[in-house]
Amino acid sequence: MNESVIQVRDLCRRFGKNHALEHVDLDVQPGIVFGLVGENGAGKTTLIKHLLGLLKAQHGSVRVLGHDPVQNPVEVLGNIGYLSEERDLPERMTIGQLMRYQQAFFPNWDEDYAKQLCETFQLDPGQRIKRLSRGQRARTGLLAALAHRPKLLVLDEPSSGLDPAVRRDILGAIIRTVAEEGRNVLFSSHLLDEVQRVADEVAMLHQGRVVLCDPLDQILGSHHRITVRFAQPQAAAPDLPGGGQWRGERHEWSTICNGALNQLQQAVEAVGAQIVEQEQPSLEEVFIDRVGRR
Amino acid sequence: MSLRISADDGTPIYLQIVNQIKYLIAAGRYGAGDRLPPVRKLAEQLLVNPNTVARAYRELESSGVVVTRQGSGTTIAENGSPLARAEKVRILSDRIDMLLAEASQLEVPLETLLKLVRQRARTFQKTTSKKPGTKRKR
Repeated sequence: MNESVIQVRDLCRRFGKNHALEHVDLDVQPGIVFGLVGENGAGKTTLIKHLLGLLKAQHGSVRVLGHDPVQNPVEVLGNIGYLSEERDLPERMTIGQLMRYQQAFFPNWDEDYAKQLCETFQLDPGQRIKRLSRGQRARTGLLAALAHRPKLLVLDEPSSGLDPAVRRDILGAIIRTVAEEGRNVLFSSHLLDEVQRVADEVAMLHQGRVVLCDPLDQILGSHHRITVRFAQPQAAAPDLPGGGQWRGERHEWSTICNGALNQLQQAVEAVGAQIVEQEQPSLEEVFIDRVGRR
Repeated sequence: MSLRISADDGTPIYLQIVNQIKYLIAAGRYGAGDRLPPVRKLAEQLLVNPNTVARAYRELESSGVVVTRQGSGTTIAENGSPLARAEKVRILSDRIDMLLAEASQLEVPLETLLKLVRQRARTFQKTTSKKPGTKRKR
């Protein structure tokens, strides 16, 4: 099976005058964890809503698990487990009622697995959803998304505002899902250290456009965090080709260098300075540099 | 298996796993024939992508540190010790380089530094010999 799990071609979306998505192309290969990152308002949730068929493409096309999610919602949604940031759950129901409700929608609902998750997450089936704490709500949403063993797990900012224990449960669910044959995960997050831990590939959205989309190893491997030491203290950030934004003071300045390491090395030598540190940056550093450049 | 992974370490995560497993072997906490946890289990424990753990295991296998056999999983290789020695040297060299860099920043001459190392070693031996249950691997 080599067909893309998600295939987005030239997708554009406008809300009034606001261009929420512009010419977005995306291919998600099977068996991986795909991380979607970007600032608030970058278009992550809008893109995810297109994948779920909640928004219809104004321009371009969207295919999920081989189907158009707007035309074949049953085929698509029946195989997706979805957890949104809002975790909109039926307030009046108990957890047990929600589980039975979900069971009616998903023929693949696995009752034993649901019970097991209930225990792991320490949820009481008799509890009403409106009485749940934030963390319990997230775990309940996660249970509802996982227990029908979806082919594709879609998580939109699953960790935002949650304590570390719940975040561990969510990351654990991502890992367990992708460890199972034939399952896939797409998740958006602005907790970039989490993305760096679990993602195979990452797409970075900025103002509705995909500015970076590569395997994570490649993204991290092609960027360098460089610290330069000058003989004389510098009053302002240096302007050397090959560097991005500079941070520092006086003698030492750091930047994120994308690919053009030779060029930067030569420029540094030409001004009589030297590179004193060179390391692989974190995804967060790459992200801040990318967003700041524009 | 007690490994600690950090996203902003400056070292790729798979390499952090490789280095730390080599370290555990060099430190005598894992020996020939000991079994590494299955990929999926370690991935869940460390909260990292299973492919990353699998890559680390492949790396360890191709450098002869571990062997993977169907049915019995991934175990530490019998001839892991010469490599462990090289690893010990490498680990200590890294630390020594850092110490030397710091000493030079502080303008402490090498002779003074060596004297200090010997002095600390004596204190260290005194304190560790008092502790019962400290494992020594010969």
